[in-house]
Amino acid sequence: VLVSIISSPPQNYPLYIRSVPTENELKFHYTVHTSLDVVDEKISAMGKALVDQRELYLGLLYPTEDYKVYGYVTNSKVKFVMVVDSSNTALRDNEIRSMFRKLHNSYTDIMCNPFYNPGDRIHSRAFDNMVNSMMMQVC
Amino acid sequence: MEGLTLSEAEQRYYCDLFSYCDTESTKKVASNGRVLELFRAAQLPNDVVMQIMELCGATRLGYFGRSQFYIALKLVAVAQSGLPLRVESLNTVKDLPLPRFVVSKNEQESRHTALYSSDADNPASYSGVIPPPPGRIQVKKGSVSHDAVQQRTSTDQQESTSPVVSPQQSPPTSPHTWRKHSRHPSGGNNERPLAGPGPFWAPFSEAQPGSSTSSDPIWSGHSPPPHQENWVSFADTPPTSALLAMHPASVQDQTTVRTVASATTTNEIRRQSSSYDDPWKITDEQRQYYVNQFKTIQPDLNGFIPGSAAKEFFTKSKLPILELSHIWELSDFDKDGALTLDEFCAAFHLVVARKNGYDLPEKLPESLMPKLIDLEDSTVIPVISEVGEQTGEVGYSSSPAEAPPSKSPSMPSLNQTWPELNQSSEDTAIVHPVPIRMTPSKIHMQEMELKRTGSDHANPTSPLLVKPPDLPEENKMSSSVKFTAGNTVTDGYSSSDSYASDPEQIGSTVTRQRSHSGTSPDNTAPPPPPPRPHPSHSRSSSLDMNRSFSVTPGQQQAGVVAYPPAVPPRPQPSQGAGPHVHRPVDAEGLIAHTSTSPQQIPEQPNFADFSQFEAFAVSGVNKEEEDEIETHSEVLQVEKPSDSASSLRVAKADGRVEDKAPANVPTSAGKGTTPLAPPPKPIRRRLKSEDELRPEAEEHTQKTGVIAAVLASQPSIPRSVGKDKKAIQASIRRNKETNTVLARLNSELQQQLKDVLEERISLEVQLEQLRPFSHL
Repeated sequence: VLVSIISSPPQNYPLYIRSVPTENELKFHYTVHTSLDVVDEKISAMGKALVDQRELYLGLLYPTEDYKVYGYVTNSKVKFVMVVDSSNTALRDNEIRSMFRKLHNSYTDIMCNPFYNPGDRIHSRAFDNMVNSMMMQVC
Repeated sequence: MEGLTLSEAEQRYYCDLFSYCDTESTKKVASNGRVLELFRAAQLPNDVVMQIMELCGATRLGYFGRSQFYIALKLVAVAQSGLPLRVESLNTVKDLPLPRFVVSKNEQESRHTALYSSDADNPASYSGVIPPPPGRIQVKKGSVSHDAVQQRTSTDQQESTSPVVSPQQSPPTSPHTWRKHSRHPSGGNNERPLAGPGPFWAPFSEAQPGSSTSSDPIWSGHSPPPHQENWVSFADTPPTSALLAMHPASVQDQTTVRTVASATTTNEIRRQSSSYDDPWKITDEQRQYYVNQFKTIQPDLNGFIPGSAAKEFFTKSKLPILELSHIWELSDFDKDGALTLDEFCAAFHLVVARKNGYDLPEKLPESLMPKLIDLEDSTVIPVISEVGEQTGEVGYSSSPAEAPPSKSPSMPSLNQTWPELNQSSEDTAIVHPVPIRMTPSKIHMQEMELKRTGSDHANPTSPLLVKPPDLPEENKMSSSVKFTAGNTVTDGYSSSDSYASDPEQIGSTVTRQRSHSGTSPDNTAPPPPPPRPHPSHSRSSSLDMNRSFSVTPGQQQAGVVAYPPAVPPRPQPSQGAGPHVHRPVDAEGLIAHTSTSPQQIPEQPNFADFSQFEAFAVSGVNKEEEDEIETHSEVLQVEKPSDSASSLRVAKADGRVEDKAPANVPTSAGKGTTPLAPPPKPIRRRLKSEDELRPEAEEHTQKTGVIAAVLASQPSIPRSVGKDKKAIQASIRRNKETNTVLARLNSELQQQLKDVLEERISLEVQLEQLRPFSHL
């Protein structure tokens, strides 16, 4: 499971990436990167819709692993991407949504911190804890 | 003291020395061990070294910050030159040779010395003792790797004070966390109490087994400066040059005092070090300092410091942004991007701790958590002040002095508020008990505001239109009764004294209170629901606060309630016991206000009236009466504020007021204004809802009148010999009734809580529905 927060376009660089099984992290990074295109596509397609909570069910299923990628976009075009194993069928859409909501809330809290400059990497310990606990639940 | 100006050579030399001593590469603090070694190497007598350490402020700080270190070095040079050690001499003595240090590492220093020609002049105005940019620090680190370790302890200990620091205000005694040494023991940093210099030294001693012995005595001589190292760090900031300037005299005094005190306390503290179990406790001195700093940013102690201002302020501490960010996360309890006084103190304390070497905790320590009561107090304070300013906001009658005390236990504050509330709302018959919200102040205040405004709008009754100006007066006049977090209530209640004030005020107060009734005293911080129409509408009895209050000419304050004659005669509890309960009962619906208002009124006269009145009208119905009655009675319990501190606190404030026609205080309450001397009972606010229940709400003051009457009657009734006994019994009974009323109030509040939660849920649902429509 991997959680990533991508900054707003045009930079689109990751503000935060964390994955629980830390191996294959690079692969996840790559996945997240490739998913950005799909996210952008969805954003433009949606038009008015702002929050996109589900999408990116990647059809790519590698023979070795298959995973689902979910996306979420905030008002400021900051994207949250979550990669989960497809084998984890217990994860329902609602749960993903709630996870994104939690992510969004935590992200908002980070924003409230005057010491945080938007666009910085996120180093908040509290945020890390939240993300870790969330990911633990999933795995 | 004036900033330290160093010549270029000196600066370089000192910088190198600092790097050398900065064994932990903090770039901010020199390792105490190293510093001590260095000082030993200076071959100065111990007392001179101690003096140097004191002067430079390291003893105060507990560690050698860059500035302290530089000052110390300069003092070493001064001492070595044979000049008397004075703070002034730091800058005035020209052509000082560089300090010489003889020990092995001294060679290195002497080498450095040789390297740096000592310029006579002081071209480099190193004023402010601001450490040179970190980049320069590690210049000589490699070269300086002496084995000064063995000497560290002693020197370090002595260097704990930082001369730079002397902030204008008396800095709180910061725990001299021995930063370096605390790190040595590793892990145990947070355990070390921040409050005591002693413990600070204890671990230090442990860390430096070798040199501890020698250094301890020296150290004990320097009582850990009661100052925080932080001050030093902040002092480093150029803007705070004031901090940097250390008045020599003051420094001397401080050091002297500290030395004297420390000698005695240090050992003691050391012994006690193990007993400290809360390293995060803020001492009073510290807290005072924090408060003062808060004031410099935000004069209103109950206001917030916006994030940007706080960021600037804490950036001065030179902590890395990451740590500051973490500190912010820990201390901004309600995550609103602004710091209240408590949050600020917590943040400041964390900064202090961090600068002293304590690692930041993962979660906010309990002792730093903003207390709910404090929040309440803080909300109270603003309310009061606002009222005073006639902002129309609910003003807590509680004396401002009381409000600020942070950390006051919740109950006491609650208790205090109740009576005030009651007193202030003399006008409004309907005194709606305002539930005290135990949520963070900001949210609470918002909610209160919302509720208040909502309720105010919602209530068409005239009392609602209460003039805010009146409230402030009331508040001012109100006695020490404190209002609980029910902001609204405070409006009306604050003016407990001014019974003559319009009932409208009370009404509004009540109304406001009512609006707050929605705020349940739960600890969560649910989003402030939109102001709810006062439930009091239904209940708002026709309490005619005016009537109730208008009466009793003799009683200014209470205005109390003229008890409407229409009240069905109820068995009146003979003694005051019934008064509370009865009052409401009697009051034909006017409940809260009268009860509250008279209560707010200082009482005795009112009570007298009411009690008398009560005697007629109210029979011992109490319990049978609706809840309101009870609550009202509670409200009416305008016991002396002195007793207010006791348990009863029922804030009922709301809505009742609306109903009342402010001005007409039923003359029924015209019982003699015998100054009643009922056992003081906390004034309770009544729930508006209870008012509504009241069938006859004609006179607002009824309840209060009733209660007052009852109360008043008590003394008046037993005029005979057994008067005292009866009075006691009556008071007992009243207390019981009060308890009942409070219990009922509680249940009502719970109900209101549920209502509020429902509203919240509905709002959230709406929000969810609207979310898809938000644009990208």
